[in-house]
Amino acid sequence: MPFHLEIVTAERVVLSDDVDQINVPTKDGRIGILPRHMPLLTILDVGELDIIKNGTTSAYVVTGGFMEVLPTRVTILADAANRDDEIDQSRAEEARRRAEAILAQRRSDQEMALAEAELRRALIELKLVSLRNLKGRNQ
Amino acid sequence: MPSTREIRRRIRSVKNLAQITRAMEMVSASKMRRAQRNVLATRPYAERMLDVMGELMSRAVTRRGTLLEVREPVRAVALVFITPDRGLAGSLVTNVLRRGSRFLLEERQRGRAIETLAIGKKARDFLVRTGQPMTGEVSKLGDQPRLVDILGIGSILRDGFLAGRFDEAHVVYSQFVNTLVQRAVIKRILPVEAPADPTGSSFDYTYEPDRDDVLRELLPRFVEVQLYQALLESIASEHSARMVAMRNATDNAKELQRDLTLSYNKTRQANITKEVSEIASGAAALAE
Repeated sequence: MPFHLEIVTAERVVLSDDVDQINVPTKDGRIGILPRHMPLLTILDVGELDIIKNGTTSAYVVTGGFMEVLPTRVTILADAANRDDEIDQSRAEEARRRAEAILAQRRSDQEMALAEAELRRALIELKLVSLRNLKGRNQ
Repeated sequence: MPSTREIRRRIRSVKNLAQITRAMEMVSASKMRRAQRNVLATRPYAERMLDVMGELMSRAVTRRGTLLEVREPVRAVALVFITPDRGLAGSLVTNVLRRGSRFLLEERQRGRAIETLAIGKKARDFLVRTGQPMTGEVSKLGDQPRLVDILGIGSILRDGFLAGRFDEAHVVYSQFVNTLVQRAVIKRILPVEAPADPTGSSFDYTYEPDRDDVLRELLPRFVEVQLYQALLESIASEHSARMVAMRNATDNAKELQRDLTLSYNKTRQANITKEVSEIASGAAALAE
């Protein structure tokens, strides 16, 4: 009697299938899940996820996330990206640095933006004038 | 009065313009469909996560020192602006920026300190132009951003909140209602508002390692997926707004073309009449 396995990430549904058994890496060690397992909510670790269906095993790699186990249904909320505090920190650092750099440049950028806005307004006015001239002649 | 040749030249240029806007409309239409699909693709994850959170929150959990902590009074807030990188999308960008700056104004009037973050070039330029304190920026993410692209911003929010730099974080973005309607909305993402499962726990889960641990791992991801969804909705809004804007531009160009054609025919007619009358009067002068 198989159970339903669903693997979803924040970006898409990776897998939705009926399977016989899975072996999952959790924070507390590798565990095997068979049908009619007791309800369980656990944190996944980085590692290999084995899915056994009709005697054949296919392997997936998970990079962390959660697993919700119900008697007839297992949902894996997998991380779409490798979670690593250090990498996250450097990404944050990068975003922060960019913001600072942009703010430092602010004066020149501001002048640029103002000039651009000015130019756009002038162009629109020009267009309006020429349109009005044209329409005026039609009447 | 412009010569017929000049009018003809303008008709040609308007025609070209209409062709370009028509092409842009079709490009946007196909990008919009893909963007909508992407929005839908994140729903299962967010929904399952809400279920799990509701289940977790149905019993007492530790809030202090986590992303759930509600602080009173609120002394400082952070606001993430999400906009497209490019314009030409009707009033979409303006609406988001206006909604966001109204929020900032209200918060300032309540005496709260402000910190802003930008996702998208238009947001960044606006924050720079208006001199807002900006603590994070990411842009040029393209039409199909990955979750990793916003992890930097997520991390800044998380750290800033836990360190007490601000007590609330909000995001302002364009919500995708349908092809014709996009709404600029503000959503609070910190502290996390977890839905308590009203039915209570239907299953008696075992938690490994324990309830608080699971929740602590879950909360940052929930914040990230909310940011990610807001970004995807913003992209879907962008393309549909651009599609509509381009359709209007095409219609306007067509109308302009009609006006110019009328103008052209009148001028041509006037020229012919003039020539005929010249010839007639010339002939009359000769006959005398």
